Amino acid sequence: MNPAPSIVFFTVASGAGYGLLFWTGLLRPLGWVPASPGFGAAAVGLALVLIMFGLLSSMAHLGRPERAWRALSQWRSSWLSREGVAAVVTFGPAGLLFLSVIGDHTALATAMGLLSALGAAITVYCTGMIYASLPTIRQWHHPLVTPGYLLFAAFSGAALLAMLAGFWGQAAAPAAIAAVLGAAAFLLKRVYWASVDGARPVSTMETATGLGAIGKVRVLDPPHTETNYLLREMAFRIARVHAARLRTIASLAGFAAPAVLLALALVTGGVVAGICAFAAAALAMVGLMAERWLMFAEATHTVALYYGADTRG
Amino acid sequence: MTSLPESKPGAKKLGLVIDLDTCVGCQACATNCKEWNTSGHMAPLPDRHPYSAGQEGVWFNRVHSYEAGDGEDGRTVHFPRSCLHCETPACVTVCPTGASYKRAEDGIVLVNTDMCIGCQLCAWACPYGAREFDDDQGVMKKCTLCVDRIYNEHIPEERRVPACVSTCPANARHFGDLGDPDSAVSKLVAERGGIELMPELGYKPVNRYLPPRRAPKADAGPPKDAGPLPSQITNPLLRWVDKVLSR
Repeated sequence: MNPAPSIVFFTVASGAGYGLLFWTGLLRPLGWVPASPGFGAAAVGLALVLIMFGLLSSMAHLGRPERAWRALSQWRSSWLSREGVAAVVTFGPAGLLFLSVIGDHTALATAMGLLSALGAAITVYCTGMIYASLPTIRQWHHPLVTPGYLLFAAFSGAALLAMLAGFWGQAAAPAAIAAVLGAAAFLLKRVYWASVDGARPVSTMETATGLGAIGKVRVLDPPHTETNYLLREMAFRIARVHAARLRTIASLAGFAAPAVLLALALVTGGVVAGICAFAAAALAMVGLMAERWLMFAEATHTVALYYGADTRG
Repeated sequence: MTSLPESKPGAKKLGLVIDLDTCVGCQACATNCKEWNTSGHMAPLPDRHPYSAGQEGVWFNRVHSYEAGDGEDGRTVHFPRSCLHCETPACVTVCPTGASYKRAEDGIVLVNTDMCIGCQLCAWACPYGAREFDDDQGVMKKCTLCVDRIYNEHIPEERRVPACVSTCPANARHFGDLGDPDSAVSKLVAERGGIELMPELGYKPVNRYLPPRRAPKADAGPPKDAGPLPSQITNPLLRWVDKVLSR
């Protein structure tokens, strides 16, 4: 699949934003992050900025962005529509959370924080289901795709929260959470890659053409000599060697290194902890961009079968 | 509404039956499809650089050519690919706006281009590559089964079939109601063992492909009821008569 920069950026940025919103909403009432209005405003503010930039970026992907409001109508059948509804609804409590932390209304902030956390989790779940519900792309139609979206959002959000809490000198709790989630994300991605690499594609050129009864099918002539929308969008090919390198970058820079840095922040404390948390958050975002880019680049669509591509990826 | 209409037994399921045994890969169906539809229901169908390198545009029908099998069993198969008007089309259910829909009355899958936001998720959801994005209008386009021909009372009745069907010189394309077991197309499918494409994905395509017939054995000789060969007829007049009648 074509890794459109707008979608890669959208899912990483809004995922991290929702993760940050989730943990801020959940950990503030517990007193695990700084209770000052300044910190709350910074955390919720950064989350909203990331979510908003992500959503604006996803709008850039649309052919008719001015009609985007229509996407809220088909929540009965469409995960994309459900994601849109969940995103819009979550802005309510998230906005009130921002106002209540600034105004220091503890009870309201707690309630809005918990509602925001719920909305964030539902939104990211819908994002994951958009991909996981497509049987045409076997690398997405996989039981670990939606848990992955949730885990990566929770991890990057916790890393960002640790970074912010580091500026207040209280990174311990979010750093511990982020370190554990980073390790879990590393493992999940490894298991996922092993699973998709080992699986045999269900659909083949033989089932796509129905000619399997005659024998093996090969392309003789393509229907067109130039490229087309289908080939550009759904028959994107990535060199195996690049994919291998990017997997290493995504899993090490995106998950393993931040997890180690966050663990380091936990044991050191003070300024060093702040620096470690900052570096961890920055690495996590860069690594997740690589992970998300790969999520598209390595995904193979059944339509490529008609053009002779195998979908082993 | 992108929820699918309730499927009732005996409901009309309009679709195509494509005979891979007789398709000669002439591209006439693709050409006539483009010709009709660029001014039809989903008009226009864009063409970038139509007369130079980098030609690219939206087509509802693409004719592939494959080789299947090896040795004596191997053969060339021309394979027109277009929307199969599936019974459970995920392209419709994933649509967030309601622009994509499946008609309850005849099962045709259409896009309302006035509502489409161009998110292209439907193209991802279609296993068969039936949907192509129109960059000029920023909306998705697809085969309409010539909904503007098949019910069109302004054209003679015998021409009320999809443009691809009407133009096929090999009569390899058939149009009809696949929901009616007694229709000509349903009988053809039953008789020839019509196949579904990628049934494993569960989209339940309505269109069927008739597989190529088995090639006769090379050493089978002439059929039993065959007359004498033209070279065996000595009388020139009779030879001419034989030639005319054998056409």
